[in-house]
Amino acid sequence: MTQATTTTAEIKKWDGGHSPFNLSYGKIMMWFFLLSDALTFGALLISYGTKRFFSNVWPDSNHVFKSFPGLGDKNLPLMFVSLMTFILILSSVTMVLAVHAGHYKDKKAVIKWLLFTIIGGIAFLSCQCWEWVHLHGEGAWWGSFVDPATTPKASLEHFYNPKVFAGMSIQDGVNATTSFFNFFFTITGFHGMHVLSGVLLNVMILVNTVNGTYERRGHYEMIEKVGLYWHFVDLVWVFVFTCFYLL
Amino acid sequence: MSHEATTGNAHVAHAHLDSHGHAHAHGHEHHEQHFITKWIFSQDHKVIAKQYLITGIIWAIVGALFSVFFRLQLGFPEDTFPIMEKFLGHWAKGGKLTPEFYYALVTMHGTILVFFVLTAGLSGTFSNFLIPLQIGARDMASPFMNMLSYWFFFISSIFMFVSLFVQTGPAAGGWTTYPPLSALKEASLGSGLGMDLWLISMALFVVSQLLAGLNYITTILNMRTKGMKMTRMPLTIWALFFTAVLGVLSFPVLLSGFVLLIFDRHFGTSFYLSEIFIGGKALSHIGGSAVLYQHLFWFLGHPEVYIVMLPGMGMASEILSTHSRKPIFGYLAMIISLTGITALAFVVWAHHMFVTGMSPFLGGIFVLLTLLIAIPSAIKVFNWLTTIWRGNLKFTVPMMFALGFVSLFISGGLTGIFLGNSALDIHLHDTYFVIAHFHLVMGVSAFFGMFAGIYHWFPKMFGRFMNNTLGYIHFFVTLAGAYLIFWPMHYEGFAGMPRRYYDYSAWESFKQFGHLNAFISVVVIIVFFTQLLFVFNFFISIFKGRKVTNPNPWGSTTLEWTTPLHPGHGNWEGDIPEVHRWPYDYKDDGQGNDFIPQHIPLRPGEEEH
Repeated sequence: MTQATTTTAEIKKWDGGHSPFNLSYGKIMMWFFLLSDALTFGALLISYGTKRFFSNVWPDSNHVFKSFPGLGDKNLPLMFVSLMTFILILSSVTMVLAVHAGHYKDKKAVIKWLLFTIIGGIAFLSCQCWEWVHLHGEGAWWGSFVDPATTPKASLEHFYNPKVFAGMSIQDGVNATTSFFNFFFTITGFHGMHVLSGVLLNVMILVNTVNGTYERRGHYEMIEKVGLYWHFVDLVWVFVFTCFYLL
Repeated sequence: MSHEATTGNAHVAHAHLDSHGHAHAHGHEHHEQHFITKWIFSQDHKVIAKQYLITGIIWAIVGALFSVFFRLQLGFPEDTFPIMEKFLGHWAKGGKLTPEFYYALVTMHGTILVFFVLTAGLSGTFSNFLIPLQIGARDMASPFMNMLSYWFFFISSIFMFVSLFVQTGPAAGGWTTYPPLSALKEASLGSGLGMDLWLISMALFVVSQLLAGLNYITTILNMRTKGMKMTRMPLTIWALFFTAVLGVLSFPVLLSGFVLLIFDRHFGTSFYLSEIFIGGKALSHIGGSAVLYQHLFWFLGHPEVYIVMLPGMGMASEILSTHSRKPIFGYLAMIISLTGITALAFVVWAHHMFVTGMSPFLGGIFVLLTLLIAIPSAIKVFNWLTTIWRGNLKFTVPMMFALGFVSLFISGGLTGIFLGNSALDIHLHDTYFVIAHFHLVMGVSAFFGMFAGIYHWFPKMFGRFMNNTLGYIHFFVTLAGAYLIFWPMHYEGFAGMPRRYYDYSAWESFKQFGHLNAFISVVVIIVFFTQLLFVFNFFISIFKGRKVTNPNPWGSTTLEWTTPLHPGHGNWEGDIPEVHRWPYDYKDDGQGNDFIPQHIPLRPGEEEH
C-alpha cells in the first residue's frame, strides 16, 4: 500500500487537513460503490437464506452439480464448479500482478497480466454458460418445477440426496426445487453480469494502457481501481459459491 | 498557490476543471460556453442543483395536485367536480373519480413526493449546491458523474411521467408496491404496464442516487479546502454527508427487492408469491413470501425517512444560527446525534411491519431500537431551541420556515413514539394517525426545511431576493394549513379510521367525520394555491427579484458567501479561501460586526472555538 500512495500524484497535493483515508477521490468512490454493491448482493443472499431456512427439504448440491463437460454421466460432484472457482481466483492473482506492474510503470507487464485476467474472466463466464445450459437441459429454469400436479416426482430425483428424496412429499419437493433454481439463476446471473462488466472494464483499461494513456498520466491508478472492483466480484463469488454449492 | 491543490486533486479526466484551478490568476469563464453545455448538459454543480430544484418543483406541483383530486373525493364523496374530468378524462367521468384511479392517485402522490421531490429535489438540490461552496471546492469530485446522476433522474422522471398516461393507468398498489398486488399483472388495472414503468423508473432512480451519493461522500471527504477540518464543516455539510451515506447503503437493497419483483412479474418465479387465488382460480405460484418484500422494501424505506429529514435538519441548524446571530448550541452534540440517527436508521425497519405476523419477540427488539431514536432527535430539538434562546432573532422568511420546521418536527415526532410501540400499533397501524404522523414529521417538516433553504440561498443561486410579502403569506398559510389538515387526522386515526379507503360515508362508524373530512379538503385546496404563490414568487424573482448588492446579505460566516455575486464555474475567481475557524463564530469582531467568517484568521490572543 505504501507504493500505492507514493505513486498516485494527487495525494501529495492534498491540502484540506487530514484526508481521512489517505486515498484519492477515485478510490474512495470505488470503495463506497463496492460497499453499496455488497448490500445488493447481501440482500439477495439473505433472501435466499430465509427461503432455505423455512423449507423442509432442499436440493443437494452434490447431486445438482455433479456433471463435467465431455464426461457424460460420470459422478463428479462439485468438480466443475471447483474448476470455475479456481479460474476466477487465478484471475484475481493475475490482476494483482497487473496492479503491481502498474506501480513500477512497467507497461509491457501490465498489458500481459491484464490479458491473462481478461482470459480468466471470459473462461469463467464460459463455464457459467455451460452450467446454465446443462441445468436448463435438465428442466431447470426460472419458474420451473412449480406445479405439483404436473411435475412427476421422478423429475426431481437427480437433484436430491436419495435418502431425503425417499421421504419427501411432492409438495415439499416442488416448493424447494423451484425456489432453489429461481434464486440460483437470479443470483449467479446477477454475479455473472458483474463479471461481464468487469471484463469490459478490463478491456477498456487494456486499450488505454496500450495507447499509453496512463504513461502520459504518470500513474496507473486506474488499474488499481478496476482491480478493486475485480477482487470484489471474486469475493462475492466466494459467498455465492458457499451459499449454493457448499452449505 | 497552495489552494489550487484541491482542484489539482482532480484527475486528467476532469482537466476541464483543472484549467480553472490553474487559470485563476486571470479569472475564469473567459470563454463563452454554448447554451447547451452551460445550461443543459452542464457539469457545474450550481447549474445541476438548479436543474434538480426546478424538476423537483414541477414534480411537487403534480404530486400536490393529485392530493387535491383525491381530497375532493374524500371530502365530498357525494358530489361531482366536472373540472376533474378536464384533467383526468375517463378516470373521472362526469366529475366523479373512479375507485381505480383514486388508488393510482394516492400511489403516485406518495411516490412522487417521497422520491422525486423530497429525495431528488431536496438533497439533489442542496447537496449539489452547498457541498462544493461550503467546503471550499471548485466543483464535485467528479462533475461528469454528477451530470450523469441528474440525467438518470431525468430519464427516471420521464418514465414515471409517461406511466401517468398509459391506458390502464399508473401503478396503483400504494407507494410501497407490496406484492402480490404489484407482482401480478391481473391483480388490478395499475398492476399492468403502469407497474412496469414504475419499476423501470425507480431502478433508474436508484442508479441516479448512487452516482450522486458517491460523489457527495467523496467530495466532502477529499475536496475540502485548506483548514476545513471535518470539525469545522457547517452542519449542513454534516447532514448532507450522512444523507448520502444512508442513500448509498440502503438504495441497493431496494434494488435487490425490485430485481426479484421483476422476475416474479415476468419470468414466472415465486419469490414473493404463494398460494394465490384470483377470480376463484388458483395460481401456480408456490413457495414465496410477501413478507420478504416488505423486509427488503423497508430496509430502504426507513432510512429513506432520514434521507428526507437530514437535509432539512442541517439547513435548519445553519439558518437558525445565522438568523439568531448566535453560534449553534452543541455543535459536537449535533454531529453525534446525526451519527446516531444514521446508525439507528438501519436497525428499525421492521417497526413498519409489526402486524405482518412477525415474531412478537423480534417486534420487541425493534420497539426498543425505534424508541432510541427519540434520544438523538430530542438532543437536536433541544439544541435548536437553545440556539435561538436569547438570540438576536431576525424574523426573515428563511428564519420563519426554519422555526416552522422545528415546530412541525416536534409535533410530528412525538406521535412517532406512539407508533413505535408494537402494542399500540395494533390499533393505530394503517389508520389516519399514521398519515398525520408521517405527513407532519417527514412531509411538511422536510418541506419547511427545503423552503427555508430555498429562501436562504436564493440570493446565492440567482443573485436576487425572493419577494418577502409573498414569502410571509406562504409561510403563515402553509404552517396554519399543515396543522389544520393533519391535526384532526390524529383523532380520526384514534377512532380507527383506516387509510386508503375510497369512501368513508359507507361506514356508520366514520360518518361522524364527514364534515371534518370536508373541512380538511377545503384547507388542502387553500394550501395548494398558496404553494402556487410560492412557485410564482420563485420564477418571477429569478428575473425580476430585488438585486443582491451585498455578497453576504445575511451576514453569514460560511464560505459560499465569499464567492462573487454571480460565481462562475469554479466558484472563486482567485484562490480558494483558507479556513481558520469554525462555522458559527457569531460574535463581536471588534469592528462593529456581529459575525466573523470562516476565512478570517484568528486575531492575536483569540482562541479557537
